[in-house]
Amino acid sequence: MEQLGLPGDTLVNYIFPNNAHVTWSIMIVIYPYITGLVAGAFVLSSMYHVFGVKEFKPIANFALVAAFSFGMFAAVPLLFHLGQPQRFYQIYMTPHTTSAMSIFGYVYSSYLVLLMIEIWVIYRKVFIEKANEATGRMRNFWWVLCLGITTYNPESAKFDKQFAKFLAGIGIPWACLLHGYVGFVFGSVKAVAWWATPLQPFIFLSSAIVSGVAMMFMMYSFIMWRRGRGYDYVMVKKFIITLWMAFILDYALEVLEITFVSYEQGAHWAVIKPLLLGPLYESYVLGQMGFLSLGPILVLGIASLLDIKDKALLYLGNLGSLMLVLQVLVMRFNVVVGGQLISKSERGFVDYEFEFFAKEGLLTATTIFIMPFVTYYIISRFIPIFEGKSIDTEPKRLH
Amino acid sequence: MPEIETHDTKNLIIKERSTEPDSRREFLQHLLAGTATATVLMVFGPGVNARSKYTNPADGPEHQYAYVIDINKCIGCGNCVRACKRENSVPEDYFRTWVERYVVNADGVYVDSPKGALEGFEKLNKRFRENIKISRTVPKMCNHCHNPPCIQVCPVGATFKAPEGFVLVDEDYCMGCGYCVQACPYAARFINPVEHKSDKCTWCYHRVQKGLLPACVTVCPQKARLFGDLNDAESEVSKIFEADQWMVLKPEMHTDPTCFYIGMPREVV
Ligand code: SF4
Ligand code: SF4
Repeated sequence: MEQLGLPGDTLVNYIFPNNAHVTWSIMIVIYPYITGLVAGAFVLSSMYHVFGVKEFKPIANFALVAAFSFGMFAAVPLLFHLGQPQRFYQIYMTPHTTSAMSIFGYVYSSYLVLLMIEIWVIYRKVFIEKANEATGRMRNFWWVLCLGITTYNPESAKFDKQFAKFLAGIGIPWACLLHGYVGFVFGSVKAVAWWATPLQPFIFLSSAIVSGVAMMFMMYSFIMWRRGRGYDYVMVKKFIITLWMAFILDYALEVLEITFVSYEQGAHWAVIKPLLLGPLYESYVLGQMGFLSLGPILVLGIASLLDIKDKALLYLGNLGSLMLVLQVLVMRFNVVVGGQLISKSERGFVDYEFEFFAKEGLLTATTIFIMPFVTYYIISRFIPIFEGKSIDTEPKRLH
Repeated sequence: MPEIETHDTKNLIIKERSTEPDSRREFLQHLLAGTATATVLMVFGPGVNARSKYTNPADGPEHQYAYVIDINKCIGCGNCVRACKRENSVPEDYFRTWVERYVVNADGVYVDSPKGALEGFEKLNKRFRENIKISRTVPKMCNHCHNPPCIQVCPVGATFKAPEGFVLVDEDYCMGCGYCVQACPYAARFINPVEHKSDKCTWCYHRVQKGLLPACVTVCPQKARLFGDLNDAESEVSKIFEADQWMVLKPEMHTDPTCFYIGMPREVV
């Protein structure tokens, strides 16, 4: 009875009574989304800090601060989602180690601390300068920030530089762990046919990098436009090529996953096929895999391969980036909510409706999502993000 | 421990150990022998004797509870659903147990469970009444699995397997994350909309500890639901278990349920 859009020989849509409610909704959609932005932004900043890709020097610190701003809010959706948020600390106190989720608290917090220390090391010089220049209350503020050490000499610079590079170096596997881990949390649930694939961590990780890089591109363009001091087009081009390549890899994994499941014609496909042709047709087939993927591949491909310059390059880059941040957001939705639309009865699909004002509604989600930008703005009022006043961590190139 | 009286002596769940030392020892010896055989068989291939999973070591807990649902006997009256709702204050629209109606005809499979069969079932729509091959009502609930994914995924260890076989949630510890709800292949769990914690069938732990049977078992007019001790060779569940004609739901999930179904049509998921 596939013509009815139901699995197998099912005559009517039947969902288990307890499946009528989608337990993980928008909060759990934006949780991996924000986590992904953190990982992506960090990887971008490490391009310069660790791999010495010179073109990315102007945005290395910016991407780091942005990663931190997103990182501050990555776990907030989880708190909103928990039925007993006041008990969240238990995940630190009594992690139940058989659970894929149990050490998330540790991975996430240690990563945030790492980001914080790296920013601190990179900006220590600035803090010391400010502490020496400022008067009154602000002086105390800066004095605390530089932990009372107000002298800075070449040895300090050398040490900071090495330490920052070290942190950025361990930060890369840590960022990959953080986000691959989020994919594992979903991929390891055998009861949800649409989640259960060992490719999930890789898909989450690669899409995280894509969304992070795309978001950085748009933020960079916006900030530069506001400041009116022109754009670094050499970097813009490199940015676009990086994004394009990262997305091709990500898309290849996504295509591989769906091709594999459909070719295998296994038990999962019996429910996944009607899911994709039914409830997820628009958001997955047309959106995630169609328009929002082919569009950026084309647009960024043109911008990368053809001799396009200046403003046109910027417009194409922003168009591609916008589609990609949406692609990844829709992908998170399709995975998280989409997986729960298949009732465990294997004989029907759950109806999902967006809520706006609810505790886990769109309003809360939007508010949480705006907070990292506000945080970034506040931080940027205090420290120079684009001026290059911080320590220069460029590693020596091997010739 | 005193002898416990229940309305159904065949289902007697708690007995004083000393009343039947011999049969008990024999039973344990059988179990041990079974386990040993199973171990040997497993060398030749996994899953050859899955029954050994359910047996306790000799020094294990006194009781090893199991639940049996005889689909041939169930009439879909919904008494059990109502009793469970009352006994456990289960919120509206959520179910610790429910009953499904399966109707298989030449075209395919019709399944429904209006309000979890809280009010039983209405007469089937005429459209589906032609050429019926099979028509059954199937009670569902938490399977108190031996290898429960819900316990595996709980990030804080708030849900656990009690020694006698109950899968329980510590409501003073659950943080309501819902990971266990996702991991249960049977949709036996939900986040209680009033308490905001994970909720599910407890096999009426509170009653069983007092020597009573789960509420659903006591109200079933057909004795389609049985609860008993696998450590007691005379219990009905032990005999059914030994007869080895039972099935479990979604065996491909390898959760090893301790809810055994009798007469389950293959269409049941
Ligand atoms: S049926 Fe579900 S909730 Fe019950 S023990 Fe098995 S996996 Fe856990
Ligand atoms: S909802 Fe409660 S019992 Fe379930 S996984 Fe989360 S903390 Fe554990």
